[in-house]
Amino acid sequence: MIQKELIIIGGGPSGLCAAKIAAEAGINVLLFERSFALGGQLVKQTHKFFGSKSQYAKMRGFDIAKKLISDLEPLTNVEIKTNTTVVGLYPDYVVTTLEDDVYTRYQAQTIIVATGASEKSLAFENNDLPGIYGAGAVQTLMNLYGVIPGQEIVMVGSGNIGLIVSYQLMQAGVKVKAIVEAAKTIGGYKVHASKMRRLGVPILTSTTVKKAIGTDKIEKIELVKLDDKWQEIEGTSEVMTLDALCVSVGLSPMYQLLSMVGAKTKFVTELGGFVPIIDEHHQTTIKNIFVCGDAVGIEEASSAMMEGYLTGLYVVKNMDRKHPDHKNLLNLYETQLGFLRDGPFGIKTKVGLEKLRKELDHA
Amino acid sequence: MIEKGKNMRITKHPVLTFPERKEVAFFFEGKKVFGYEGDTIASALHDLNVLTLSSSIKRKRPRGFYCAIGNCASCNMVVDGKPNVRTCITLLKENMQVERQTNKGVLKK
Repeated sequence: MIQKELIIIGGGPSGLCAAKIAAEAGINVLLFERSFALGGQLVKQTHKFFGSKSQYAKMRGFDIAKKLISDLEPLTNVEIKTNTTVVGLYPDYVVTTLEDDVYTRYQAQTIIVATGASEKSLAFENNDLPGIYGAGAVQTLMNLYGVIPGQEIVMVGSGNIGLIVSYQLMQAGVKVKAIVEAAKTIGGYKVHASKMRRLGVPILTSTTVKKAIGTDKIEKIELVKLDDKWQEIEGTSEVMTLDALCVSVGLSPMYQLLSMVGAKTKFVTELGGFVPIIDEHHQTTIKNIFVCGDAVGIEEASSAMMEGYLTGLYVVKNMDRKHPDHKNLLNLYETQLGFLRDGPFGIKTKVGLEKLRKELDHA
Repeated sequence: MIEKGKNMRITKHPVLTFPERKEVAFFFEGKKVFGYEGDTIASALHDLNVLTLSSSIKRKRPRGFYCAIGNCASCNMVVDGKPNVRTCITLLKENMQVERQTNKGVLKK
């Protein structure tokens, strides 16, 4: 078995940021990434980020990914294994991996889980037909591989991802016929929604997909209006033709490895589903196993980065090591994360985290 | 299905550039087809208008990819005889043999 000081699972924004801080403190870091590329979902994000300078505002997502990766280059004590999927996490701090069908066992003193999130689906008739994709999937297909999902598309969900991906579909030359939203109000930022409206894309609120129609691929959808109690209103059904349907109804944290190792989890709606219970330093209920980023609650990539840096600092301290700029950075990133959560959307995360803290008191 | 792609390729884009890339020949259900360097198996097939990549295990309903980042298993195919390959995160290679998967896949001993 191969012995390591710190293993980080996941090479997305939070994992990369945590790796940088830990390595700067002289810790030997091994980072696993299942994809062939680092950067997680940043690599397909063509839009410019909001926020402040230390959150990489005004940079496009894929440029932020390049920056985070290049930050690690001078740090010789970071070892990175791409194309490597972590398949097991055990209470004796053993991490097992698969790389080209080769199974390897590692053991670490400390582990950071930064596995991110997975896209949710929506229940409706024929929701498994080819041509129905997650919004993130469509973004990957277009922005990484230069392939469009279809010529005419309908987006389900008007949160920020739904709105941003709709805009990116139009940039790629796809016709967005409508954005459908079950709630009475648009979910995402007004600035994104207004942009879509100006481009002539209708945002249909109080509307949902009743069923998809097609034999071996989606050809039409039936939409239906909803009342105040989320019930279908009779006689409001409308059929639309399309060749792809994009589902953007939220994300679920990928907490499964932490469940496997026996860390306690709790279902917290505000954080996106089941999440590991953590203390204020992102340590799970298993000593020396930490978690950061979307795996512990769905937020934006900006928050994932701030959490990654912070978790890096917490881990350094927990391992009795010293980061040369600990005090300043801790203050900087805690402040920045605070700002990000101060907005109208951040309140959800705050409520969710509060619920986790209460859980810890009983654990 | 068509042999050569490019019907779903983005040609003009305000932010991104997609330069000409080398063609990569591979086999889908025994037939020689082409994708491009840098494609995943799933992106190359999508460009060839192949949307059904697998079928559900019991009812054999057609399935395409859903997440495109290796989470959901909807794009699992048989590649070079090996089942359960996540084609949405597997890069295309010259002469790969790609087939639709219709069962759980059998582990070779």
